[in-house]
Amino acid sequence: MESSLNFFTGFKVLDLLFLGEAAARTLLISGISIASGTVLGVLFGWLLYEGRIFGSLTLAPVLDVFRSVPLIIQLVLFYNFAPIIGLSLDPFACGAAVLTIYTAALVANVARGGIEAVAMPLRRASRSLGMTYWQDMMYVVAPIGMRTVFPAWVGVALGVMKDSALVSVLGYIELLKASQILITRTQEPFLILAVAGAFYFALSFPVARFADRLEQRWSQ
Amino acid sequence: MDYNFHWRPVFRDLPDLVEAGFVTLQVAVLSMLIGMACGIVLAIMRMHGSAPLRWVAVSWIELARNTPALFQLFFFGFGLGAFGLHLSPFLIVLCGLTFNNAGYLAENFRGGFQAIPETQMRAARSLGMTAAQAYIRIIIPQVLRLVYHPMTNQMVWAVLMSSLGMLVGFRELSGETQFFASRTFRIFEYFAVTAVIYYVIVKFILGSSRLLAFRLFRY
Amino acid sequence: MIEVSELHKRFKDLHVLKGINLVVEKGVVLSIVGASGSGKSTLLYCINALEAIDSGTITVDGEDVHAKGTDINRLRRKLGMVFQQWNSFPHLTALENVALSPRIVRKLSRAESRDIAAKQLEHVGLGDKLNSYPSALSGGQQQRLAIARALAMEPSYMLFDEATSALDPELVGEVLDTMRLLAEEGMTMICVTHEMGFARDVSDRVAYVHDGTIEEIGPPEQIFGDPQSDNTRRFLAKVR
Repeated sequence: MESSLNFFTGFKVLDLLFLGEAAARTLLISGISIASGTVLGVLFGWLLYEGRIFGSLTLAPVLDVFRSVPLIIQLVLFYNFAPIIGLSLDPFACGAAVLTIYTAALVANVARGGIEAVAMPLRRASRSLGMTYWQDMMYVVAPIGMRTVFPAWVGVALGVMKDSALVSVLGYIELLKASQILITRTQEPFLILAVAGAFYFALSFPVARFADRLEQRWSQ
Repeated sequence: MDYNFHWRPVFRDLPDLVEAGFVTLQVAVLSMLIGMACGIVLAIMRMHGSAPLRWVAVSWIELARNTPALFQLFFFGFGLGAFGLHLSPFLIVLCGLTFNNAGYLAENFRGGFQAIPETQMRAARSLGMTAAQAYIRIIIPQVLRLVYHPMTNQMVWAVLMSSLGMLVGFRELSGETQFFASRTFRIFEYFAVTAVIYYVIVKFILGSSRLLAFRLFRY
Repeated sequence: MIEVSELHKRFKDLHVLKGINLVVEKGVVLSIVGASGSGKSTLLYCINALEAIDSGTITVDGEDVHAKGTDINRLRRKLGMVFQQWNSFPHLTALENVALSPRIVRKLSRAESRDIAAKQLEHVGLGDKLNSYPSALSGGQQQRLAIARALAMEPSYMLFDEATSALDPELVGEVLDTMRLLAEEGMTMICVTHEMGFARDVSDRVAYVHDGTIEEIGPPEQIFGDPQSDNTRRFLAKVR
């Protein structure tokens, strides 16, 4: 009697596996997007800094759009726009593409801030030592700038990890979508949500704490 | 490319979309106001509360900051449903957004409180003000100025977050758009127009925030 | 009258005040001098209960400041306080700085408190700065603003905690002049100060605090002209 009840309503080991797989998909899509978005974002940040007026008239407003429109709208738009221009993308590719651009738009500002944070006199000093532009960038601007913006970048990365939950609107079964499916079947919303929440928390909290610590240590 | 754009139905429904935009703005503003009040209380609890109060504050703040906003919305939706508590879609979105705003704002406020010199409190108390009077008249106005910029960002964030309403059946701007789009199958056209409306709302908030700052902070 | 008896105060392991006994009568100007860290400022903070005490009693007009049932906010209205860092409220104009506590603590009407504020600002020589924000005032002006703010509560006593030591030298004079003016008007004042000239010329009594106790107290002529204790003599020789 008890086991048959369990059969219809209970939360089974197999379900845990299902959630685990979905969690791996969350990690996969956020990992790819954060990595490629960061590379692209640093490039954009550098363009914004060096582009001066030109950059703030062309690139900046475009990037601004990605920060002023909800991610979920961006996802739906791109998913429905891709077939129009003849691209057939699966939800994963589509989600990763949008998340990458979204990440890049956020990272661009952070990166520009990092370059600006390295004071001009310091850069003049390094150039006066005979360093080339790229040497100055590599050995002076990058290490110092990275230090100042690392905590902000961690914030962006964690934000993207959490926002990757929205790719579920395209039908990509990441962690939160998987929980929703399980909730519908097992009718155990609280337990399942707690498991999903714990996963996000366990991923985000230690990293955020670590970044805070680092920021405090570096600011001293 | 052999797709034909059809904008006419979107423009026919534009007034309804704009109206839904006001619903979005309403829920965002409301969640900000309640979130600010909760955020101040949470910050004070975290700094000066007894152990259990501090624990409540830290749990709220860290949960709000370290889980997806959509998860928080689901929690107020299905999660509370497990206890037989069924909120309306509007309340789900309002509670979720408020919970999230309060968590982020609390940390901003905490930074603000810590930046006000202790001597301000002493000066206020030496004039015979009660602790509450000193907080309300002297400390909090100064904190509000310090956190004004992050608060503006959080307001923008609240507007963007409210779009999650469409996933819990709330007819704010995104929910309304989805409703129209699924009726006409002109998904791209509808969502493109909605994107523009969001953009306008965000720019409106940033602009009015700047104007307000100009009026508020003359010192 | 302010009476302090057998006052002890510790900060963790640090015994700051070791049995202070002091009586300040109405109308008296008392200057407290002594080396930094001797506990002078702590004594002031204990008098208006901005610091808790470990033992002893402090009474103001017969009321025990640190007793459980005392309404400290009401008692503090009698004790105006001016700090070393002037602590003007940066988000309020000079007039609002002064008018705020009469309105919310003394519960006067908006118009009444503004009148009082304007009068007190005039009194300290800031009559032309009513609508300036503190950021537009010099340190000396901000300190006079702080004095006006305390006076607007119509206190019976004024406590000055090194009111001039955070000021640029050229701004000290204007604040001391304001304090002198108050003394001449008959205000009861306790001034923790490093300004020996002020202590000698303006005060009725001078107390020398050494290592948490009052080493010597008396009229300025005696303290400065004929100090009885070696410690006092040594201190005065150093600051002169």
